[in-house]
Amino acid sequence: MNLSLKKQSILPGFFPSLGITLLYLSLIVLIPLSTIFLRSAALTFGRFMEIVTAPRVVASFALSFGASLVAAVTNVFIGVLLAWVLVRYKFPGKGLVDALVDLPFALPTAVGGIALTTLYAENGWIGRLLAPLGIIAVFNPLGIVIALIFIGFPFVVRTVQPVLLELDVEIEEAAASLGAGRVQTFVRVVFPSILPAVLTGFVLSFARALGEYGSVVFIAGNMPMKTEIVPLMIMTKLEQFDIPAATAIAFVMLVASFILLLLINFLQWKSGKNLVSG
Amino acid sequence: MSKKILFNFIAVFLIFLTISIGSSAGPKQSLLNVSYDPTRELYQDFNKSFAAYWHKKSGQTVTIRQSHGGSGKQARSVIDGLEADVVTLALAYDIDAIQAAGFIKPGWQKRLPHNSSPYTSTIVFLVRKGNPKKIRDWNDLVKPGVSVITPNPKTSGGARWNYLAAWGYALRKSGGNETKAKEFVKKLYKSVPVLDSGARGSLTTFIQREIGDVLLAWENEAYLAVKELGKDKFEIVTPSISILAEPPVTLVDTNADKHGARKIAEAYLKYLYTDEGQKIAAKHYYRPGNGAIAAQYSKLLTNVKLFTIDGVFGGWQRAQKKHFADGGVFDQIYTGE
Repeated sequence: MNLSLKKQSILPGFFPSLGITLLYLSLIVLIPLSTIFLRSAALTFGRFMEIVTAPRVVASFALSFGASLVAAVTNVFIGVLLAWVLVRYKFPGKGLVDALVDLPFALPTAVGGIALTTLYAENGWIGRLLAPLGIIAVFNPLGIVIALIFIGFPFVVRTVQPVLLELDVEIEEAAASLGAGRVQTFVRVVFPSILPAVLTGFVLSFARALGEYGSVVFIAGNMPMKTEIVPLMIMTKLEQFDIPAATAIAFVMLVASFILLLLINFLQWKSGKNLVSG
Repeated sequence: MSKKILFNFIAVFLIFLTISIGSSAGPKQSLLNVSYDPTRELYQDFNKSFAAYWHKKSGQTVTIRQSHGGSGKQARSVIDGLEADVVTLALAYDIDAIQAAGFIKPGWQKRLPHNSSPYTSTIVFLVRKGNPKKIRDWNDLVKPGVSVITPNPKTSGGARWNYLAAWGYALRKSGGNETKAKEFVKKLYKSVPVLDSGARGSLTTFIQREIGDVLLAWENEAYLAVKELGKDKFEIVTPSISILAEPPVTLVDTNADKHGARKIAEAYLKYLYTDEGQKIAAKHYYRPGNGAIAAQYSKLLTNVKLFTIDGVFGGWQRAQKKHFADGGVFDQIYTGE
C-alpha cells in the first residue's frame, strides 16, 4: 500500500502535503462534525426517532429542503443568464454589475434578511406593489425562498462565469456555419460545456441555502408547522438547553445533505465524463 | 528597509508589553456581567455609578465589562466557558441551567432578597395611537379581527413571560379551569401572524412593518419603545392583571472565585438593592423592589394586580416542563392535540 502510493506520485512532497491536508480537514471539518455524532449518540434510538419525527421537525425538514431546492433551481436560471450577460456583452457599468454580484457574499446575512423583509413587507416598496396582485412575499414560504435566492445566487454566477470565458466563440461560430440554429447551438454546444459548472453552482447554492439561518429568521415569520426552517428548530432546542435533541436534528440534516451532495457530485462526474467521451 | 520594519515591530511590541504590565499592576479589578438584551442602557448607567461608589469605598478602580444577547444564548455561553462573574438574565430557568452545569451553588435564588430579582417588570400591551381596536384587557386580545404580535416562547426566554401572563389571566378568570385556560391561550396564539425569534424582532414587526394591532411586551421595553419611537404613534395599555416578571441576578461562584472577585461581585449585586441602584432601575422603567423608591415612580409604573410564577405555576422548572418542553402545551396549540 505504502509502496504503491510512493510509486504513484512523481512530484516530491506528497506525504507532507497530504499530511497537512488531512490535519487541516480534521481540525476544521471532521472533528467539529464528529462531535455532533458523539452528542447525538447519547440518545437512545427510540428517543432519537421521537425527536426527528415530531410533526414540527418533519414540517421544518420538508420546508428547508423544499425551499432550498426551489431557490437553487431559480438561481441556476438567473445565474447562468447573468454570467452569460457579463461574459458575452459589453456595456457601460459592466464592472459595477460584476462587483455587485458578490455583495450577498460579503453582507452579514441578518442585514440582508432585514432589508428584504423591509422591502417585501406589505408596507414596503416592493410589497406594496405586490399586495394588490394578491401576492404576499413575507412571513410565508415565498419569503423564505426570496431570502435563499438572495444568499445563493452569486455561487452560480461565479462558477459558470469562468467556464463561459474559456469557451471560445469560434466553437459557436463553427456550429453556426455547420448549419445549427441558435437554440441548437446553445443546447448542443454551449450547454454541455457549462453543465458541470452549473451543477457545481447548483450544489453550492443549495447547500448554502440549507444551512442559512441569519437572513431567513427575519423574513420567515417562524410559525410552527408552516414557516420554521431546520436551523431554527435547532436553535429552539438549544434555547431549551436540550443539546442532544439539537444534535439529533443536526445529525439528520448532515446525513441528508451529505447524501445529496454525493449524489450530485456523482451526476457531475458523469456529465463531465460524457463531455470528454462524446 | 526591512531592518526598519523589524525595529518598528519590536517597538510596537514593547509598547503593548508595557501597557499590559502597567494595567495588571495597581489596585485594579475587572468584573464581567453577562446580561440579556434590553438591560444594556440600564447597566451602562449602573456600572458607572457602582464604579464611583466602589472607588470611594475601597480605593480600588473597577472596570465592568458587559455582555448582552438573548437570555438563553447568554446562559449557554457561560456554560460553554464565558467567564462571567455575575449573570443578570431574563428568567430563573436560564440561571438554573448554569447551576446544573456546576458553576453556581444550588439555592442561588435565596441568596438575595425578592427571589434575587432587585428589579421586576410585567407584561403590558403596546397599541397604536388612539387604541383603534379598543384593547383594554386580556380578553380583548382574542376578539375577532384583533391580531397580536409576540415572539416565539420557545426561542425567546422573555416571551415565555408573555405566554405565562396570558395563561395566568385565563386561569384566574375561569376559576382555575385549565381546559379553559388552554383554549384561551390557543385562541390567542392563533391570532399571531408572525412569531419572531426574539423580542426586538417582534418590536420591528409591530413598529416598522406595521403588522398587528397589539404587541405583548415587557413594560420596560414598551416604555423604551414609546420613548425612542414617538409618543404620537403608540400607547401603552396596562391590563387588569398580569404576571410579575422577575429577571434574577446572581454570582457565578466558580468564576468569581477563580478571578478573586467574589467580594466585589457580591458588592456589585448588593448595590442593585441600594436606593441608588433602585433609582437607576426605575429610570430605565423597571419596577424597583424597594417600595419607597417605587412610590416615587408610581405615576409611570401604574399599579396593577400581579401574580407570580411560583404562585400560579409552581416555579420555572414546572412551567417549562408543562408548557414549553417538546410536546408541551405550546406545541399542542400548533399540532392540534
